[in-house]
Amino acid sequence: MLERLLHLAAQLVVTLVLPPLLVGVITKTKAVIAGRVGPPVLQPYYDLAKLARKGSVFSTTTTWVFRASPVVGIAAAFLASLLIPLGGHEALISFAGDLVLFAYLFGLARFFTVSAALDTGSAFEGMGAAREATFSCLAEPALFLGLLVLVKRSGALSLSTMLGAAVPGEWLSSGAALVLVVASLFVVLLAENCRVPFDDPNTHLELTMIHEVMVLDHSGPALGMIFYGAALKLFVLGAIVIGIVVPFRTGSYALDVGLFVAGMLVLSVVIGIVESVMARLRLRQVPSLLVGACLLSAFAILLASR
Amino acid sequence: MRAVLVLVALGLIAVSGVPGLFFGRRSPAGERIAAFVLILGSVLGLALALGAMARPVSFACAWPVPGGELAVRVDGLAALFLVPLFVVAPLGSIYGLEYWPQRDHADDGRKLRLFYGLQAAGIGLLLVASNAVLFLVAWETMALAAFFCITTEDRDVAVRQSGYIYLVATRIGTLLLFAMFAVLHAASGTWDFSSPGASIAPSAATAVFVLALLGFGIKAGLMPLHVWLPGAHANSPSHVSALMSGVLIKTGIYGIARVCSFFERPPIGWGVALLIAGAVSGVLGVAFAVGQHDLKRLLAYHSVENIGIITMGLGVAVLGRAVGSAPLVALGLAGALLHVWNHALFKALLFLSAGSVLHATGTREMDQLGGLAKRMPRTAFAFLLGAVAICGLPPLNGFVSELLVYLGLFRMLGSDRTWVMGAIGAPALALIGALALACFAKAHGAVFLGQGRSSHVARAHDPGAAMIGPMALLGLACVFIGFAPALVAPALERATAAWAPDVAAVVEPLEGLAPLHILTVTGAALLGLAGAVAALRARSSQRAPVASGVTWDCGYAAPSARMQYTSSSFAQTLVAFFSWALRPDVHRGVPGGLFPPPATFHTHVPDTVLDRAVLPLSRGGARALGWFRWVQHGNVHLYIVYMLAAIVVLVLVSR
Repeated sequence: MLERLLHLAAQLVVTLVLPPLLVGVITKTKAVIAGRVGPPVLQPYYDLAKLARKGSVFSTTTTWVFRASPVVGIAAAFLASLLIPLGGHEALISFAGDLVLFAYLFGLARFFTVSAALDTGSAFEGMGAAREATFSCLAEPALFLGLLVLVKRSGALSLSTMLGAAVPGEWLSSGAALVLVVASLFVVLLAENCRVPFDDPNTHLELTMIHEVMVLDHSGPALGMIFYGAALKLFVLGAIVIGIVVPFRTGSYALDVGLFVAGMLVLSVVIGIVESVMARLRLRQVPSLLVGACLLSAFAILLASR
Repeated sequence: MRAVLVLVALGLIAVSGVPGLFFGRRSPAGERIAAFVLILGSVLGLALALGAMARPVSFACAWPVPGGELAVRVDGLAALFLVPLFVVAPLGSIYGLEYWPQRDHADDGRKLRLFYGLQAAGIGLLLVASNAVLFLVAWETMALAAFFCITTEDRDVAVRQSGYIYLVATRIGTLLLFAMFAVLHAASGTWDFSSPGASIAPSAATAVFVLALLGFGIKAGLMPLHVWLPGAHANSPSHVSALMSGVLIKTGIYGIARVCSFFERPPIGWGVALLIAGAVSGVLGVAFAVGQHDLKRLLAYHSVENIGIITMGLGVAVLGRAVGSAPLVALGLAGALLHVWNHALFKALLFLSAGSVLHATGTREMDQLGGLAKRMPRTAFAFLLGAVAICGLPPLNGFVSELLVYLGLFRMLGSDRTWVMGAIGAPALALIGALALACFAKAHGAVFLGQGRSSHVARAHDPGAAMIGPMALLGLACVFIGFAPALVAPALERATAAWAPDVAAVVEPLEGLAPLHILTVTGAALLGLAGAVAALRARSSQRAPVASGVTWDCGYAAPSARMQYTSSSFAQTLVAFFSWALRPDVHRGVPGGLFPPPATFHTHVPDTVLDRAVLPLSRGGARALGWFRWVQHGNVHLYIVYMLAAIVVLVLVSR
């Protein structure tokens, strides 16, 4: 019982504290590759602390939907994080079909983000909202196809079992399928978190963006919540990828979670490298990449069905 | 005895509009009596339907009509379909008191109420009928009453056109059902529903299934048989749209489910056919919805989508029966049937909210609306609730039924015979969910958020209690099922037991297959987390200043309503993805020259099936059959002679 409580506490601490660090690592990686010093790795925490103290400006066009959107975003992403098995150990909440809840919680957050963007009545934000809603129509099936491979291989219907102790064995028996799934889920991870090549989180040229342009009107603590929610989303989707990629299950909770955290940091470095070596795709090419991700997972299902 | 009471309840509903015929053209007495009688019948019916879930009731007596007895039976399956009828119909009639008051609609108010009651009673009677002849009588009562409800405003040419398209579609559907019951009777020798399927040859069984899928599919609105649905839903008064979309089209689902239940071991192909039909209907239904700019047409296409989801669930169940997998039957059927309830609740809620918008602004064009959340906060909240629910998002009711269907599809992956359909079905459902989200974000955003786009919104305000009250109750029901789905599980289990008694005996309770009680926990956790985050933010904003200003438009300080994204522009990319099916009319004014004119962009998505297949075919058919036109001359007594002659010939032939 005490051990279970400790695990719970560890999961909460990791989930609450780690996400902004991932963003910091990505930024640092990009700076190093570009030959710059870059902001400190902990900069996202400083930004959040500063934004929390700032005042806010609300557009007179907006309604309560605009103010509710960051709240829903964080609540949904946090609840989704409670479904993730850290290091393969059973998550706080786990039940048959929790992967559907996992995916649909992001849907809920997206609904409110898009609605908040439309609430401002700005053409730019409407544009971003339309793109976000459009591209997620392809990212969602890709995510489900990827998860389906895991369901098919493990015969389990909950994330905790799918990403649990059986993963090392799966690599031995159907490694090829898992490689394809990881590639597909990595593309989904980049798309859902609006990273290069789908979107560039650093540009401030509004017309080129998806996510950043949707949150132009948020300020102060609300903006901080949006940054934090985005980091949380990166963490949660990354945790799925790492759950498959790091196939070591030592049995010791501390060691497994340590491996998991190390894996997450490596993943951030990889994302930073991808962002450094690639340019953003033209908007018209984004769907092809997402369809490609769907196809990778479809092939993985075929492989897994043998 | 209780079965007779069900008939009494339906009788009350059927005659609810009759007293109004004897009052004056502008007298409010008739509408109040109608609402009262209809509510009385519905409350009685609801109590009996809930009771019949635990213990089926039946009643039979001889009647002069050929083809067996007058047989009525309310089992778990029928009772489950009766519940939304007895919920939506009375709420719609209360809503109608303010939405379609007699004093403002002296010409058509009485007609509407008469046929509203008849339509509801027809639906109820066909659900409890246990004999093919009685079923068809009820089916036709419903279908014809619905025609008169759709054509309430028959002064309007668009309304008449929708009405005629509906009439033709429903006649074809009924014809197919006649054929289906004839085949069933020829193969089994009975008109009774109790056990006709046991000894039917496979070829006859296939014919029955195909005819049922087509005949009932037309009523349900399965793509591509949906051609009547968008126009009929858009052009009816909104509470009629709510009843039609929420309840009437489900009779098609009931029909397919009932016919499938006649066969203990259906071929695997039936399940595959239902799954594919459902997935096509779901994806294309929502794709067409994305392209609409008429709020009620958009909602109508979402009915096509949701019927698709329900059909997918039914397909999982039939597939489960075919391969002898009890969990598939339980999950698929529970998902389909719960979605029948859920869709009735949130679609009625959405149509009533859309009706309030239409009532307040006089337009259904989303590109003329905007910013209504400030003027009609209650309606806006109701629509938002319905939108979140229909997108299948947690923590509301749509999520629960979609989760059950997903679980069924996931479980199909485990078997060699079914995994392909599971691997196609689950991503299709995910695609449907994401498209629905895009569509409702667009609809809610374009109508309620941002700034008003035209003078239509200037004087809009929330409607009164008679319209808000029913919306509030429907919204509460959505929240209730979303947060406490375990409480509705017994109803679903009893319906499964009625649908597949052999399976119900071996399957574990639904709770063991799908952990419904955990959804209560996660729903509460979501609310709690949101509350905690909101409280944290409220604390931080107490210390810091909060200002208000214009929207940040990248340095432009005077954003106007015309600069907002419209619903057409929001949907542009998605419409382009699906242009192979949607065939949109794009009107694009590109600026050019030294003194460029203003740029414009507008898309219109007509119904491809209706405009490109059905209408050209009908025109060709009309030309080809023009030779027979001399038979049609408008003399009623000669028409009666035709009928007599036809019957005499039939009697001679069938000897």
